[in-house]
Amino acid sequence: MAIVAQSSKAGRISRATLAWIVGLLFFFPIFWMVLTSFKTDADAVKPEFLFFFTPTLENYLNMTENYDYWRFARNSVITSVFATIFALAVGIPCAYAMAFNPSRATKDVLMWMLSTKMLPAAAVLYPMTFLTKSVGLFDTHFMVIVVLMLINLPIVIWMLFTYFKEIPKEIIEAGQMDGVNTWGEIREILIPLAWGGIASTALLCFIFCWNEAYWTVRLTTTDAATLSKLIEGNRAPEGLFFGRLSAVSAAAVGPIVVLGWFCQKQLVQGLTFGAVK
Amino acid sequence: MGRIVLEKVTKSFGDTQVIPPLDLTIEDGEFAVFVGPSGCGKSTLLRLIAGLEHTTSGKVLIDGEDMTEISPSKRGLSMVFQTYALYPHMTVRKNIAFPMRMAGLSEEEQNKKIEAAAESLNLTDYLDRKPGQLSGGQRQRVAIGRAIVRDPSAFLFDEPLSNLDAALRVGMRLEITEMHERMKTTMIYVTHDQVEAMTMANKIVVLQAGVIEQVGTPLELYHKPCNLFVAGFIGSPKMNFIMGTEAAHMGAATIGIRPEHIDVVEEAGVWQGRVGVAEHLGSDTFFHIHDTGLTETLTVRAPGDVQLKHGDIISLNPRTELIHKFDDKGLRIA
Repeated sequence: MAIVAQSSKAGRISRATLAWIVGLLFFFPIFWMVLTSFKTDADAVKPEFLFFFTPTLENYLNMTENYDYWRFARNSVITSVFATIFALAVGIPCAYAMAFNPSRATKDVLMWMLSTKMLPAAAVLYPMTFLTKSVGLFDTHFMVIVVLMLINLPIVIWMLFTYFKEIPKEIIEAGQMDGVNTWGEIREILIPLAWGGIASTALLCFIFCWNEAYWTVRLTTTDAATLSKLIEGNRAPEGLFFGRLSAVSAAAVGPIVVLGWFCQKQLVQGLTFGAVK
Repeated sequence: MGRIVLEKVTKSFGDTQVIPPLDLTIEDGEFAVFVGPSGCGKSTLLRLIAGLEHTTSGKVLIDGEDMTEISPSKRGLSMVFQTYALYPHMTVRKNIAFPMRMAGLSEEEQNKKIEAAAESLNLTDYLDRKPGQLSGGQRQRVAIGRAIVRDPSAFLFDEPLSNLDAALRVGMRLEITEMHERMKTTMIYVTHDQVEAMTMANKIVVLQAGVIEQVGTPLELYHKPCNLFVAGFIGSPKMNFIMGTEAAHMGAATIGIRPEHIDVVEEAGVWQGRVGVAEHLGSDTFFHIHDTGLTETLTVRAPGDVQLKHGDIISLNPRTELIHKFDDKGLRIA
């Protein structure tokens, strides 16, 4: 009889239990944050109201009425969407060139791109702040978009490069023989074939842009401030207003959690792509 | 028109020169086959003609025009790849239409040509399918269809039948040969299979390590191989090579005789040996003979009705007028 690996029932159950525990562990902070967002600031710090309390929408109403939530949200959408579009606009041709016309330096270029992520952001904080202020771009959408695009470009190019590498080179060459120019190759062959990969790259880039805090907090004040800045702004010096802070945080991560939920399949495929084969 | 001339073409990858200076002319309407063992540079040579690789030096002329620096899309050539290289996201119809759409042909014209190509390649029923739903043979037909509709000045085939099973390969081989008879367009065909080369070509180019060993018609190469490499590469089963005193008797360093030019005889023959393996094909039998004192194994092609088995003593008469002689450098002695 052939030897076939069998998974026992007990093994399956213990694995499922472990998965649930890990899942709940990761989910708990979000649950806690949402729960707290429905408490008053006073209730939020009292242990007796840990799970049982009178829910209130006060924090959310306060946020939209007094803190101009929608302006921050709009800025987050604008900067994340455009930063993602520009990152793809630069990343696709770049990854195309390296995947299908590699030179001896391609590997080094890829490593160099990745190495830029190793630079501590704090190391360039002062130059960046002075530079943006001196050219009058401090606290502008344009500046935030450029910065978000640049910090995500390495990961975008790496991901796209990995996807494009999976496309047989002959198909691109067949396109060349069939009379298309470079732009035609990208439009007619590459993008349709790598659509799934491009979509998950875009999604991931969008999430990174949305969640970015270091630069968006430091290079904006009001006009281009994103939701990260709004959260940061609720960190009151005289003590934390937990209820208010939780409401702001929940409203900031809400859209991205919902988006991620709907695109789960794409995301998982994107993150594990190229792991096998 | 499709006259292709290579002038002192070389190709290096980094410091490795894979094609030393090479001259070659393929006349309009010829069916030229590049043949050689794997890694001999035949595919690279084809890709240089296609423009998919840049020449390191030298010129590629198509119909007298210097195309060395021209992109593949503007050379007016069509190519059929070993892996078919169809566009997986397009239907068969769209695949075939693609080069015409890129060339800006009208929809009407496109459809006319698609119908004609599909008809001649038996693809009419499959036009609305995607490549993933087709068999290997059908995919290769689509690739050929896509090549035909461009009306190229020459077709380039890069081992197009290697991924097909044996029976299909013979069928497609005939189809491509017939297509050439009908269209009279220049075709350049790369293969490592000398049977394909012999059966399809008007002109065979035998390559080894990027160097052209010999150019000629199939029968020229069969009857007058210019060196040991060509002699051993062309013909199946392989030519027998005999060195030593037997060769010296004939004034050569090495003599070669094809398995079909050795006769099995009843009475005592010129050579004798013991039968090792006998391969019965029905029409023919290939005997691998040991202990001849000539070479380790001598291959003989005998009619199918010769009944000898492992261990039997066999008598042989070579047809001396068909023996090939080579000097100590491996070159043919006229």
